[in-house]
Amino acid sequence: MQRSLNIDPGKCTGCRQCEMACSYENEGVFNPSKSRIKVFTFDAEARFVPYTCTQCAEAWCMQACPVDAIKVNLATGAKEVHADLCVGCKVCTIACPFGTINYNASSGKVMKCDLCEGDPACAKACPTQAITFVDSNWTGLDKMRAWAAKTDTGARAN
Amino acid sequence: MHYVVLGAGPSGVVAAETLRKADPTGTITLVSGENEPPYSRMAIPYVLTGKIGEAGTHLRKGEDHYAARGIDVRVNARATALMPDHKRIDFADGSHMKYDRLLVATGARPVRPPIPGLNLKGVHHCWTLEDTRNIIALAEPGTHVVLMGAGFIGCIVLEALAARGVQLTVVEMGDRMVPRMMNPIAGTMIRRWCEAKGIRVLTNTKIKALQNVAAEKSRGIFGFLKRREPTEARDTLDVELDSGEMLSAHLVVVSAGVAPNVDFLANSGVKVDRGIMVDRYMRTSVNDVFAAGDVAQGYDFSTKAHDVHAIQPTASEHGRIAAMNMAGHNIQYNGSLQMNVLDTVGLISSSFGLWAGVDGGDSVEIVDDANYKYLNLQFADDVLVGGTAIGVTQHVGVMRGLIQTGTKLGPWKERLKADPHRLMEAYIARTHLT
Repeated sequence: MQRSLNIDPGKCTGCRQCEMACSYENEGVFNPSKSRIKVFTFDAEARFVPYTCTQCAEAWCMQACPVDAIKVNLATGAKEVHADLCVGCKVCTIACPFGTINYNASSGKVMKCDLCEGDPACAKACPTQAITFVDSNWTGLDKMRAWAAKTDTGARAN
Repeated sequence: MHYVVLGAGPSGVVAAETLRKADPTGTITLVSGENEPPYSRMAIPYVLTGKIGEAGTHLRKGEDHYAARGIDVRVNARATALMPDHKRIDFADGSHMKYDRLLVATGARPVRPPIPGLNLKGVHHCWTLEDTRNIIALAEPGTHVVLMGAGFIGCIVLEALAARGVQLTVVEMGDRMVPRMMNPIAGTMIRRWCEAKGIRVLTNTKIKALQNVAAEKSRGIFGFLKRREPTEARDTLDVELDSGEMLSAHLVVVSAGVAPNVDFLANSGVKVDRGIMVDRYMRTSVNDVFAAGDVAQGYDFSTKAHDVHAIQPTASEHGRIAAMNMAGHNIQYNGSLQMNVLDTVGLISSSFGLWAGVDGGDSVEIVDDANYKYLNLQFADDVLVGGTAIGVTQHVGVMRGLIQTGTKLGPWKERLKADPHRLMEAYIARTHLT
């Protein structure tokens, strides 16, 4: 069974523990600017929205990579950046229409959510279950997928 | 069914792989004009800087990647003629190949302007792995290097040469750097940054002629008077500018634009404009001949016209759509969007879509010269149609997302006009909170 991150903004309190956990898990530092998940604040509506890669089927980043440095982890379904192959050209950062793969100037490479090899630190750190790691077949994910599909460049055969 | 894919760049490789998925039993031949495994030109600058070796440029890393998919790769085969009536391609070595369906993904080649001396030793394009080897041999730290052209590709080469520690002068005949990707304000900001990093940038300047140093020395004292810097023992070339100045160089790199590789299509009936004309199914004007990538003039959804984009994302999308249709599907291409990202000695810039704006449109611009930051958004009504960013690297992809989906910004347009840095918020609010 493959699992996906499910984000319920209504439950997010804006504590940003997910950002801290992500940054520490992946970069070894507590630095929200190094996090692959970001919490956006909408002051007027008093809302918080955690946001990260949906591991979309279109895989814009992967298709755009000129050196095959982004690959699907067959166990988790995540599109992962292989740092040893990434040259830091940044084409994926303009190709991803969701803005969820970004350049990390300190490593000279790009970074994105890789689902922490199937045990995402953000979901574990979230105290309110705004971020959960659920069965990919759960219907609540459809809305996110529908949005992703809207951006496709050509209908798919299957 | 025999599918022949001419050209082993990103478009050709994606097409060959897609053909295999769509037609498990067809015969697939992927033809490269160079004597190398399929590789990515985009990765060449990183070979120059030493970040990767040559193998790091290979489009697919596994030794048996193509064989495992039943894709026959033929290298060093440059097409010289296409005869659609016989469904036949002729190659430079005298051989020929029959096809049932053909994809032309032959890309482009660098243009060599008609300037005397560009054939001299020490003058190179930066286009192939072979060029890369030649440049590495000459671009030693401290040597005088002259780069002709500061367009998009020129600027990528500039970054790599600067990283090799050469003394670099860039000569651009246009009025600014990257004129087809950046407006004057943004192009000037990039120039100031490059100059602060020790690169000499000459705009509105043309190279008149190149000659060997020995020939120049015979001119006597007058040849030396025109120099800003003394020559070095390693300098073998003199570069004469239209300003009258003379530059000494150990290496001259020519980046003066590219032209599509379409010569072999003469008399084939395949219609060529700025590139091969294709419809939204990537079909050319000739039956069973498709085209994709930098050689193709494909549909651009933002301009509603056909254009040559010559960028990696478009190339791979073209390759996928063309291959599906070659295999008998009927898939219309929604079109691509012009976009680029550039790193000029550490300053990162990007532009998307109609970054110069549209008639009757609206825009917002923030210029922070002191911190080398710039953001410009272009709107048509309340829809984003283009954008430019300098010094902003996080979440820039949403500019593509917003342009591509035509998302109505509603109240967020005014909020963006007040602070364009809220782009990601605008995107989330308009796509996920509605």
